[in-house]
Amino acid sequence: MIKPPKRKDVRRADRVFFGVIRSLSALIVLALVSMGLFLFDASELAIKKNGFVSFILSSEWDPVQDAYGALPVIFGTVVSSLLSLLIAFPLSVGIALFLNEIAPAKLARVTGFLVEMLAAIPSVIYGLWGIFVLLPWLRVHVQPFLISKLGFLPLFQGPAYGVGMFSAGLILSLMILPTISSIAREVFAAIPRIQRESALALGATRWEMIKLAVLKSSKGGLFGAMMLGLGRALGETMAVTMVIGNRAQIVSSLFAPAQTMASVIANEYAEATSDIHLSSLALVGLLLFLVTFVTSSIARILIWRVK
Amino acid sequence: MSESILKAENLNAWFGPVQALKNIDLEFSPHSVTALIGPSGCGKSTFVRCLNRLHEEVPGATAQGKVILQGKNIYDVAVDPVLIRRKIGMVFQKPNPFPSLSIMENVVAGLKLAGIRRKSILMEVTERSLKQAALWDEVKDKLNQPGTSLSGGQQQRLCIARALAVEPPILLMDEPTSALDPISTAKIEELVVQLKKNMTVIMVTHNMQQAARISDKTAFFLLGDLVEFGETSSVFTVPREKRTEQYITGKFG
Amino acid sequence: MTTLRKQIGDFTRLRYKRRKTLSLWMTFLLSLAAISACAALFAVFGYVIIQGVPHLTLSFFTGLPKPVGEVGGGMLNALVGSVLMVFLASVVGIPWGIATGMYLSEYGRGRFAFCVRFCSDMLSSVPSIVIGLFVYVLMVKPMHRFSGLAGSLALALIMVPIVARNTEELLKLVPQHIREAGLALGIPRWKVTLWIVLRGSLGGITTGVMLGIARIAGETAPLLFTALNNRFFSIAPDQPMASLPVQIYTYAIAPFEDWNRQAWSGAFVLILFVFMLNIVTRIVLRPGRGSVRD
Repeated sequence: MIKPPKRKDVRRADRVFFGVIRSLSALIVLALVSMGLFLFDASELAIKKNGFVSFILSSEWDPVQDAYGALPVIFGTVVSSLLSLLIAFPLSVGIALFLNEIAPAKLARVTGFLVEMLAAIPSVIYGLWGIFVLLPWLRVHVQPFLISKLGFLPLFQGPAYGVGMFSAGLILSLMILPTISSIAREVFAAIPRIQRESALALGATRWEMIKLAVLKSSKGGLFGAMMLGLGRALGETMAVTMVIGNRAQIVSSLFAPAQTMASVIANEYAEATSDIHLSSLALVGLLLFLVTFVTSSIARILIWRVK
Repeated sequence: MSESILKAENLNAWFGPVQALKNIDLEFSPHSVTALIGPSGCGKSTFVRCLNRLHEEVPGATAQGKVILQGKNIYDVAVDPVLIRRKIGMVFQKPNPFPSLSIMENVVAGLKLAGIRRKSILMEVTERSLKQAALWDEVKDKLNQPGTSLSGGQQQRLCIARALAVEPPILLMDEPTSALDPISTAKIEELVVQLKKNMTVIMVTHNMQQAARISDKTAFFLLGDLVEFGETSSVFTVPREKRTEQYITGKFG
Repeated sequence: MTTLRKQIGDFTRLRYKRRKTLSLWMTFLLSLAAISACAALFAVFGYVIIQGVPHLTLSFFTGLPKPVGEVGGGMLNALVGSVLMVFLASVVGIPWGIATGMYLSEYGRGRFAFCVRFCSDMLSSVPSIVIGLFVYVLMVKPMHRFSGLAGSLALALIMVPIVARNTEELLKLVPQHIREAGLALGIPRWKVTLWIVLRGSLGGITTGVMLGIARIAGETAPLLFTALNNRFFSIAPDQPMASLPVQIYTYAIAPFEDWNRQAWSGAFVLILFVFMLNIVTRIVLRPGRGSVRD
């Protein structure tokens, strides 16, 4: 069927093929590099006008007054992401342990599939659900309860709007949960079975086996999973935009509206008219690009090491 | 002959639908070394793993029958395998110290599980167990280094020390030297002979010379059956069964 | 020595009950974590069904958005726009991703390949809003116009790393001797790669492609200022284009009940599409891959 072609033609065809797929691969590198450069270029005006450091450190973001300080949105991003990690990390590790170490294979398969489906739900649907289901519930039931019980803490003060940092953190935690748990499962699965058996053979109960043979030897990988979850939380846009209240401010209460880096871009970019506004938003984007770049590099290195 | 310390009666084991052990009856007397030999896949490893109920931890694996430890059937519904495993130590084929623990923490892992925290006891047990495992002199200055920093042979002796620390009356060894070099192997063989004074050793080995060198009794497994069991000297010199003879003369396996 | 053994024995008995209880409690807590995640999934999915299905009329699929204040209309423009943009993104993203995957798996040793692999991983973790921003600067600004094409490019950039890494992983599973057998027959390397290695893992690659499609079909953020939105029916790729996710977003945050209802219906259609793709790929295309044990 395949006639042996002439030697020279073979080499040329091979070279062409290799050249094509290699350049397409190079295009990915180019895309990433140019992403950084283009964003830098687009944000040049903002950097020139304000200076990079004072842009990050000034705490007023008010397009009407032409004030562009990124601190409130950085604050919003960091706090909402940390809040979501606080909830999602222990839950995800628990889920991964349940699926890998406790549940029988069939149950683990079904449950694992369901947990993975959480990752398949589009962000905008989380947002929709957040607006019409989660927010009313939080506003009516959860937040008044927390205010009455823990209101002495600055974290839980002020009126229960529903929208705000707290709601954003909750929704985010739901969205990063499958990411963290699936990496955690991979990390646990990389631990040889014999290590679990030797813990059991020493007379460990199941939980002691998990602690001794599983958790203790997967700290690095779990940290990587956490960083990957953090990276996702930092950049998550739609659901957060829809429930966080979109007010760029630095307030101690978790129930107050806030704004994140991603959500400020989503809210204002299409409608921004002045060059400095567009440029400032691009600078926020560049910042977000760099931050997620750092967190996911750390995460990848940690996870690669496990594998 | 003294009373047996451990006895398997009519023991069967499966991996899913595949039967790995068929009606095994076997007795072990105190202060003896018993070698379990046979070609790979013959069920000898499965058998020792049934003795401390580790077999059932493999997904899909089941076991049925009786294993009598000091007069009690460990397959009784009321018996908790966790308690059984404290009395039966185990050393695996591949050296597997807990990677996140230091040498000393590895040795006392079993004691710590039992809730013993007193430094003096832990130190005493560490020294005693490591001496028993002939490892003390090599590691006494670096007890706080990770267990995985040792060589393969040392790691395996560390695992033996870890099993010895809780002073089990019975020690199971699943091909403990198959991953080791000849010198380490010799050290461990010597160790096993020493251990006999304090406990009963049941050792799976694929190495017939090893079985002949150190065991008092030998059991030969083939395709899930116990083919022959007897004094090591007689099994190797005048086997009763044709299949045993074929195996030890290298006709198959 | 025997005293110690006795001491340990006593200790064991005393503490054993507590240890066992702790173990049971922890098992319970861990299962609770899994149950709560499943409950969350059902809560989201259930609400989308309850809210979305009742208002899912024929006109939802055939109608166009009505002006503000008028009840009725549908999302035909958004549905067509989504299909079109996902299609265009796939046309670019699938061959690009597969080519990169082939390069990484078949020739992928050395520093350059490491760099590609790293960049591909990084690209997949760049927030999608940032990708939108990039495409805006790259395409929308020079063209002075939001366009479906720009939206497709943004989606393609999201899809490429997904397809590439999946392809690479699958091709690496092909045993080396199969390649060697082909090469030994005198078949040139590119033919071996395409017709033996790639074709042999087509099923798995399809899985990756479908998961990639499922992912970009639900993306909203990268379209917000690339394709923007369009109230009218338009299939011109150089014009602003509506899409289902953006339309859901617009309708969800609007203060009109009818729009909110349509947002739910849109969400139902979207989630159904995404879930179907996921279920088909995970259950039909790769049987027997579930347990991570061992």
